[in-house]
Amino acid sequence: MLLEIQDVVKRYRSPDGELQPVLDIERFTLDEREQVVLEGRSGSGKTTLLHLIAGLLVPDAGSVVIDGTHLEALSEARRDAFRARHIGYVFQQFHLLGGYTALENVVLGMSFGPGIDRRYARELLERLGMGERLHHTPEQLSIGQRQRVAVARALANRPRLVLADEPTGNLDAVNGREALALIREVARERGAALLVVSHDELVLSAFETRYDLADLNRVESASHV
Amino acid sequence: MRTLFLIVRKSLANHALSTVVTVLSVALGVGLVMAVFNVSTQSRAAFAGGPVGFDAVLGARGSKLQLVLNTVFHLETSPGNLPWSLYETIAADRRIELAIPYAVGDNYRGYRIVGTTRELFTEFELVEGRGLEIPPPGRAFQPDKMEAVIGATVARDLELRIGDVIHPYHGIVFDERAKHAEQYVIVGLVEPTNSPSDRVIWIPIEGIYRMGGHVLRGSGEAYEPSPEAEIPDGHKEVSAVMLTFRGGNLQTGQSLAQEINNQGKVATLAWPIGGIMLELFDKLGWVSRVLELVAYLVVAVAAGGILASLTNSMNERRREFAILRALGAKRRTVFSAIVLEAGAISFFGSLVAFPVAAAILAVAAIVVRRQTGVVLEPFALHPAYLWAPVGAVVLGMLSGLLPAAQAYSTEVAKHLGATN
Repeated sequence: MLLEIQDVVKRYRSPDGELQPVLDIERFTLDEREQVVLEGRSGSGKTTLLHLIAGLLVPDAGSVVIDGTHLEALSEARRDAFRARHIGYVFQQFHLLGGYTALENVVLGMSFGPGIDRRYARELLERLGMGERLHHTPEQLSIGQRQRVAVARALANRPRLVLADEPTGNLDAVNGREALALIREVARERGAALLVVSHDELVLSAFETRYDLADLNRVESASHV
Repeated sequence: MRTLFLIVRKSLANHALSTVVTVLSVALGVGLVMAVFNVSTQSRAAFAGGPVGFDAVLGARGSKLQLVLNTVFHLETSPGNLPWSLYETIAADRRIELAIPYAVGDNYRGYRIVGTTRELFTEFELVEGRGLEIPPPGRAFQPDKMEAVIGATVARDLELRIGDVIHPYHGIVFDERAKHAEQYVIVGLVEPTNSPSDRVIWIPIEGIYRMGGHVLRGSGEAYEPSPEAEIPDGHKEVSAVMLTFRGGNLQTGQSLAQEINNQGKVATLAWPIGGIMLELFDKLGWVSRVLELVAYLVVAVAAGGILASLTNSMNERRREFAILRALGAKRRTVFSAIVLEAGAISFFGSLVAFPVAAAILAVAAIVVRRQTGVVLEPFALHPAYLWAPVGAVVLGMLSGLLPAAQAYSTEVAKHLGATN
């Protein structure tokens, strides 16, 4: 088993100062190389869940275990290092760094992980059809091309687990379908498990294994910012 | 480290305009500090230790400083005159190797005319083995002729050559209406000495005595020389006597100063010349300190500029820091990147400060040379060229601490978009 979430609770402080739970998951698991989609409506806590798995947030209770490592038990610096080495994250808004070329965006991510491997970064980008755009900055790329760079960056450190948050959210149907296929294909090629969260039926229907976050999350009608 | 440099390089490039402005403000501040200290040190060395060639100056009773400024630097007015007999007495003193009389009070287009004797060109040495050299076909003036020898700056600025004729003007300030009737032919151009002598026009001392309208009071009574008659020595007077001691003897200076300044009542011995100029610099030390303070303030403003520039960019950059953190960058990596960026701005500013300092120094050198004849070297090195840039980089990095702390505290999840 690659990922195991057990009795995870996350609360946020509301504007009136009260702690309100947004996520309460009894159990969720993911196997090596498995590809799963989590259906989550807007405000269902899906980004919070991904942030918890990525170690960007720490649960208020429960545990997030990846490949035997309890993330909640690690110091922040160790979580950062763990994330850089083992987890790839494709953000909904891509979050590429402006002013950096496509290659630099990928290489920069490598520098925080196992180390810079320019040849592999270049190969990944070429594999994703970005061979002609290696030295273009995000400002010079189309939305679809930006997403390919984001995917390359997420896979650059040869992660065990790739998280993708609404990967087609900014794309039209054709590009969305193509992008999703690409993510799945490359993740499979590189031996990474894939956890996608989305509320897009196009995405949901593409996966054999599909969960509804509303079923997993014991907090009812979660709606928060 | 390569990653940090990449982050810094990209950030500087992404904020090119504010980077350039901040770098320039640092360059101005650091350049100013370097220039102020360099000018101060060079001026002190040039005025208090530059080539003078004389050990002491004998002049009328009064301020030693005024005497030195008037006769060595050709600034200020003469404190008064001495009777010719005093010149003869000091010249005959066995402790004195060379005594050269000066008579001043006229100018040509603002450049001072000094009446003196030929020994200034034949016996006097400005530095060891080298006097006021007049290359051929030039020569020293004849004492009984209306001839002039001019310094290199005078020749260059007024475009004067051998054979040209000049009319002296009365007083030390140029006034068209105060033109003397006499004419002097230039017979020699002194080679550049990089000293105040370059700004002087030398004529025979007899010429000063015989200049129309000049009245001699060496005997205590007014005497106006007639054109043909010889001037009795008793009526002659000098503005100062420039002295070199036999063997440069220190004791001579002490004993003469005791005799003339403490026991005598009619004259003043300005000795040692460098020491008197140092006193001036000590008195004017506060000016240097004010200039240094202003320069430090400019550096402080520049450091404030770095702080403001980085702090202002923090809001837009929080997303960037959050992305870096999400990619695995540690908080201290982000912190270091900001401090390094502030240091880089200071470093580049310090690099640009070198030409800035040279430019400020070049302008200062022109002004000082025009006003005094003293030469400052724009490219001379100074310890401030090491400690000012190093200090600026340290100060710059310190000014980056606050924005770095802001970057350090960036909450990743909050700045990567809404949580849902």
